Amino acid sequence: MKHILGVLVENHPGVLSKVSGLFSRRGFNIYSLAVGMTEDPTVSRITIVVEGDSYIVEQVIKQLNKLIDVIKVSRIEEDSLTRELALIKVKAEPATRHQIVELINIFRAQVVDINKNHLIVEITGDSEKITALVDMLKDYGIEEMVRTGAIAINRGRKMLKDDRNKGGYDNGNNVL
Amino acid sequence: MKMTGAEAVVRALELEGVDIIFGYPGGAVTHIYDALGRSSIHHVLVRNEQAAAHGASGYARATGKVGVCISTSGPGATNMITGIATAYMDSIPIVAITGQVPLSMVGRDVFQEADITGATEPFTKYSYLVRNPEDLPRIFKEAFHIASTGRPGPVLIDIPKDIAMATLDFKYPDEVNLRGYKPTYMGHPGQIKRMIKAIEESRRPLICVGGGAVSSGATEEIMELAERIKAPVASTLMGIGAFPGDHHLSLGFLGQHGVYAANRAVEEADLLILLGARMGDRATGKTEDFAQKAKVIHIDIDPAEIGKNIGVNIPIVGDIKTTLGELLKKDIERNDWGWLSRVREWKQVHEGVGDCREGLNPMEIIKTLSDMVPENTILVTDVGQHQIWAGRYYKTRRPRTFLTSGGLGTMGYGLPAALGAKLGCRDKEVVLLIGDGGLQMNLAELATLVQERAPVKIMILNNGYLGMVREIQEKIHGGRYYQTRMEGNPDFVKLADAYGIKGFRVESQEKIVWGIKKLLSWNGPIIGEFVIDPMANVIPIQGGKEDEAHIRGIG
Repeated sequence: MKHILGVLVENHPGVLSKVSGLFSRRGFNIYSLAVGMTEDPTVSRITIVVEGDSYIVEQVIKQLNKLIDVIKVSRIEEDSLTRELALIKVKAEPATRHQIVELINIFRAQVVDINKNHLIVEITGDSEKITALVDMLKDYGIEEMVRTGAIAINRGRKMLKDDRNKGGYDNGNNVL
Repeated sequence: MKMTGAEAVVRALELEGVDIIFGYPGGAVTHIYDALGRSSIHHVLVRNEQAAAHGASGYARATGKVGVCISTSGPGATNMITGIATAYMDSIPIVAITGQVPLSMVGRDVFQEADITGATEPFTKYSYLVRNPEDLPRIFKEAFHIASTGRPGPVLIDIPKDIAMATLDFKYPDEVNLRGYKPTYMGHPGQIKRMIKAIEESRRPLICVGGGAVSSGATEEIMELAERIKAPVASTLMGIGAFPGDHHLSLGFLGQHGVYAANRAVEEADLLILLGARMGDRATGKTEDFAQKAKVIHIDIDPAEIGKNIGVNIPIVGDIKTTLGELLKKDIERNDWGWLSRVREWKQVHEGVGDCREGLNPMEIIKTLSDMVPENTILVTDVGQHQIWAGRYYKTRRPRTFLTSGGLGTMGYGLPAALGAKLGCRDKEVVLLIGDGGLQMNLAELATLVQERAPVKIMILNNGYLGMVREIQEKIHGGRYYQTRMEGNPDFVKLADAYGIKGFRVESQEKIVWGIKKLLSWNGPIIGEFVIDPMANVIPIQGGKEDEAHIRGIG
């Protein structure tokens, strides 16, 4: 099963390698990892999609929390907003171009570049939506594709903030 | 105050109360060495950088203070890795300083460049590559804080040569502020209540202490708890010393190499109280079979250890001394209903090392040693059969007096760690128990002992084999002894003489007591070689259940 984790980390050089190194070292499977700045310039936010049962996810959270550069780790709820971005270079001869554009419109994606033989399509959405478009475009011939990892944010008032110490461990809930 | 980066390093060490540093100089650290030479800190020149890290580790284990080691860039730094990893696996606080090529050259594969922060990433609690000389005071303050608090561990500071040469305005911070690092010391009150209830309901409680109980300094609290709730106490290898080995409630060392009484008690207990014991594979064997009848309480300062290896019913994140102190304020007593008398019977079961016809019996040597040494003696072991024999047959009476490489199992650890322990505790007797294989792994450090006039008492149990592997070959490879016979061993008595160390050999049973007396009475480094039966085993072949477990364990 896939789980999404939001991780606030210090914006230092080398932090990403500490986080990614932990995954390979402990044998955890990462499905995707995306990192970027936050509203606070000293803090970066990493969104990690991990594959595993509840024991694995618990271990991942605890091991991440042990890293000194990690400020906060939180599981992102299932009903959260998740987005990926993909750029897809697809073969588009004059004869097929029109069909492709129609398809893209259905997905509310955009054509961002065009020449005689190709289109570049930009799409944002959750993983399933992007995969669905990719499947449709395969028939025309995908020449090149680049896709980001997922980023995710909770809806409503629930926020991932450095609002409490990593200490003050809540024994009841956070430990298996 | 204006000073150079190198001077700032030394000033920071002085402000942290460092009085001894283990190291080996080289091109990238000459400026730091120049500043060190003008300070009051005593530098111990080892013969290989690995020994610098082991020395700092032995010092830290014996004293409870942070050990410090230093090496140059490149090979100096990579040589230290084994010592750093050894300390990491046993949660020992050390600060390792490495030189680095100038910052402007980093990444260009210049002479003696190695990415040491990258290479030690899996073996350090935290590491720094200093990029700005002004950061040095803060980094040192943080490094000592991180190494010594929470679950202790090694911290590495990599200092490029140009940073050491630059000038800065030195101001040492009073406190650290790390928003991502705030260890929890006090266990949750609700969990403590649940723990009390579980204790009151139990009929066969068992306490198991690990390395965390030693580093927490919780011996008094653990003794009070055990006595008040009438619970026997078993120990992991790293926990030895956290509870006095001669106490009537002590069961000794548990696990695949452990003693019968401890393992039997784990099987039968209905409540298992783990105190700073991560229950590694060597302590549990197959986790499905481990403590099947018991409810498990686990107190540990590292939340990631709770529930990692075995299932836990009552998890308590916190420092053992602090949390037990709180628990003992409550009205908690338990009467014994015959559990202790059953446990006492198990303690009577005789276990040995097999018939010893070809040489001395190592169990007898270690038991004799245990009876003859002063109570505060620090026993340092290396890794292998002798280490397990020491765990089983030596009665450690005080915390921080049984030093061993438990987690990583690093052969070659013993000699430099014993040196570090002795330099940290000159008032205590330090005995190094070591095999002929392990001694040769860092043999060169004999010179460091002599140079430091460190009266470490070295007891070689010489069986002419890599005994632990030989035992595996005997039991599961049909007795095909391959590459475990140590041919070409030196004459250790003559070798001692070459270093100017007193040396002697014991080959007969009648001379065991004489030999140990000689070791203990000699005022200086001394080597006593005890020639033991090469076929003596950790667990003799007797076809029992424990034997199978043992074979599984070492295989």
